[in-house]
Amino acid sequence: MIGGFGTAGMPAELIDALIAQGATALTIISNNAGNAEAGLAALLKAKRVRKIVCSFPRQSDSWVFDGLYRAGEIALELVPQGTLAERIRAAGAGIGAFFTPTGYGTQLAEGKETRIIDGRPHLLEFALPADVALIKADRADRWGNLVYRKAARNFGPIMATAARCTIAQVSGIVDLGALDPETIVTPGIFVHRVVIAAGAATS
Amino acid sequence: MTRWTRDEMASRVARDIPEGAYVNLGIGLPTLVANHFSKDREVILHSENGILGVGPSPAVGTEDPDLINASKEPVTLVKGAAFFHHADSFGMMRGGHLDVCVLGAFQVSVAGDLANWHTGQLDAIPAVGGAMDLASGAKQVFVMMEHLTRNGESKIVERCTYPLTCAACVNRIYTDLAVMNVTSEGLEVIDMCSGVSLDELKRVSGTSRVFGRPG
Repeated sequence: MIGGFGTAGMPAELIDALIAQGATALTIISNNAGNAEAGLAALLKAKRVRKIVCSFPRQSDSWVFDGLYRAGEIALELVPQGTLAERIRAAGAGIGAFFTPTGYGTQLAEGKETRIIDGRPHLLEFALPADVALIKADRADRWGNLVYRKAARNFGPIMATAARCTIAQVSGIVDLGALDPETIVTPGIFVHRVVIAAGAATS
Repeated sequence: MTRWTRDEMASRVARDIPEGAYVNLGIGLPTLVANHFSKDREVILHSENGILGVGPSPAVGTEDPDLINASKEPVTLVKGAAFFHHADSFGMMRGGHLDVCVLGAFQVSVAGDLANWHTGQLDAIPAVGGAMDLASGAKQVFVMMEHLTRNGESKIVERCTYPLTCAACVNRIYTDLAVMNVTSEGLEVIDMCSGVSLDELKRVSGTSRVFGRPG
């Protein structure tokens, strides 16, 4: 799992580290499929990804993904954005699957179990867990409590809950107690590693 | 045939959004609506990437890469704005909390079926984003689109030929020619661009099930 909506909240330094680490044949869960040449696009360009699960791969600057997809070199599982978020949330909350009206009667419903609930047709959608989540937050403390910055929060808090190992890159680590308990967004129980990325703060 | 301009269409949509409404404006044409709310009306704009209370575009030089809208363009906040994560953001749509969403479309059928995510062409790279969640979850779905394609074909159809985003979800259609409610009897015209007649509207639309006495 890789956080971010476009480049806001994308953990670019962690992705660079993943490229350097060398893992291959990856399945990536992320809202988009990379922008321009950096971050997720660089991971795709390095041919490390076998399959991507996302809602919105096609963008004006998604040429790396577009090329791989047209060449048949990457598999795509297209998921409505809210269903993607809810499948991730479900995985983190111990929910195996859920029913939703989103997507019913469309191409994306093909092969899926359906049920009428309260008179409305629903699709069965399964939880979407991951081995590793790479996310970006603003600040952390030693327990892994996280606060985010503006709309860079997006998928971070739910992905943190849905992976066996969640790694957060942050712009700074503060002392225990320095983060106001009322404002902590991701409690440290969901976070396994914190990495300070120089320049991770966007302003 | 006379047509409303894009700004006239946006202004017409804005007029119909009530005070205090929570509204999501889709990518493309619908984003223009934000420029047309009257100053004395408080409308709270939702952005699917986790903002309620989206404000106007920032001044050049003050953009923040962490403060963007669903089109990934820089935005600002209004007083009272809030951030939240993606599951909450889509819970607002899917849970029926948003009052209105305004979406663009490739086609809308007389029954209110919406096609706006995929042209169905084999070489097209599909991308769905939040379109299906919005269309199936918002209390009211408004579509804002040109009445005709560049080739002069009606985007209002008896039956969508493009892949569906959501069946029977559209409540009202705003085009450059008319404003129509989707009803069980067909499309009820509630407003028309001056100089356009109901007969003309029927002729250029892909259906005869257009009725009403606008004006």
